[in-house]
Amino acid sequence: MFKRDLVVVGGGPAGLAAAISAHENGVKDILLLERDQYLGGLLNQCIHTGFGLDYFKEILTGPEYADRFIQKIQAIPDIEIDLRSFVVRLEKDKTLTYLKPGGLHTVRPKALIMATGCREKTREMVHIPGTRPAGIFSAGLAQKLINIEGLLPGKEVVIIGSGDIGLIMARRFTLEGAKVKAIVEIQGSTRGLMRNMVQCVEDFDIPVYFSHKVLKVHGKDRVEKVSVAKVDRAMNEITGTAFDIPCDTVLVSVGLIPENELIEMAGVAIDKKTNSPVSREVNKTSVSGIFVCGNSFKVYDYVDSVTADSELAGKLAAEYIRNRR
Amino acid sequence: MIKKMVCIECPKGCLLSADIENCKVVKVAGAKCPKGIIYAAAEAENPSRILTATVLADGLDIKLVPVRTDKPIPKKDLFRAMEEIGKMRIAKPLRAGDTIVDNFLGLGVKLMATREANR
Repeated sequence: MFKRDLVVVGGGPAGLAAAISAHENGVKDILLLERDQYLGGLLNQCIHTGFGLDYFKEILTGPEYADRFIQKIQAIPDIEIDLRSFVVRLEKDKTLTYLKPGGLHTVRPKALIMATGCREKTREMVHIPGTRPAGIFSAGLAQKLINIEGLLPGKEVVIIGSGDIGLIMARRFTLEGAKVKAIVEIQGSTRGLMRNMVQCVEDFDIPVYFSHKVLKVHGKDRVEKVSVAKVDRAMNEITGTAFDIPCDTVLVSVGLIPENELIEMAGVAIDKKTNSPVSREVNKTSVSGIFVCGNSFKVYDYVDSVTADSELAGKLAAEYIRNRR
Repeated sequence: MIKKMVCIECPKGCLLSADIENCKVVKVAGAKCPKGIIYAAAEAENPSRILTATVLADGLDIKLVPVRTDKPIPKKDLFRAMEEIGKMRIAKPLRAGDTIVDNFLGLGVKLMATREANR
């Protein structure tokens, strides 16, 4: 086991901003752990524009936004970056155990910043009945397959939910030559930004069914079709309105939840409804010296806000370490 | 003729109404910033978008290099551009912001990498 002043878990926008900010606020012994083989987190797969308008006053793509911070952190020798490092255990005294090629390591920092991001809600969490064939993806997974791996998950797509990721994937599938047959949204209007309705949906004449829900997914080995119906105000099916949409792929884009199992393991109080840490102040948790920032603290709408709050987390951790001495 | 549109320059999504005479925008209402006025004119006269996509990498540390046009291109050229991008391969390491094609499709825009790629 070795010791550090500060460990940051997560090398996405939150972890990068927090580590850089902690360094700027005087912490000189920092270890950043990232489970992927690259820094940048989810931004790497968000190849569309729309990032940085607030923070950089420029319109950037996700990878460009990440690159600014990656270049900056790599120029700071005091911050050690461990890629392919997956934290498997966190104890109350902040001792972390992580797997990294070559072995299992433990480290105990004076302060800990968790920047573990969020994950997608699944089909099971929104109760979509039917069979379980191949061809059902969460929207972000499809985004990773297309934009990172170069694989097109399907040719005829129905998207459930009209959040921004779903809308952006509708455009992405269309540009890559697939046909988006429908976006099915149970609410009466989009959950995403109007600009995405314009540039991702209307630009490509993609049909959107508001106040509709998917009743059932059909298909044995591969998705064959979905049954859809109109819903009333209580979101119940209106009888006689059901129809089928043939498709080979279903994308589920129904929201995100903070990923906080590690701090829960360490006894940090978690709000079971939102999966966020119970907290009266941004970035703070029920355990002093454990800070949470970015989408693992709460799901933010813009990466620019993630950066701003993560910079604050870096500052808070630096203050904590200073006062501890 | 009044044409209603949602500005896509930023997440605010201002609802614009453009007053069009002889295919030219003469007046724009509803814009909360000057970008909206420029957008409305472009949207009415020659709608265009920044295109983002990926180019296959050959022998680099990432499989795909994400790319973008530095400026918007006409909407009608989007699929032609995708076809062209689909044929391209990148074998040379590059940094975010590096130009891949200077005058892409003769449209007067640059196609540039948005992520670093190494060997």
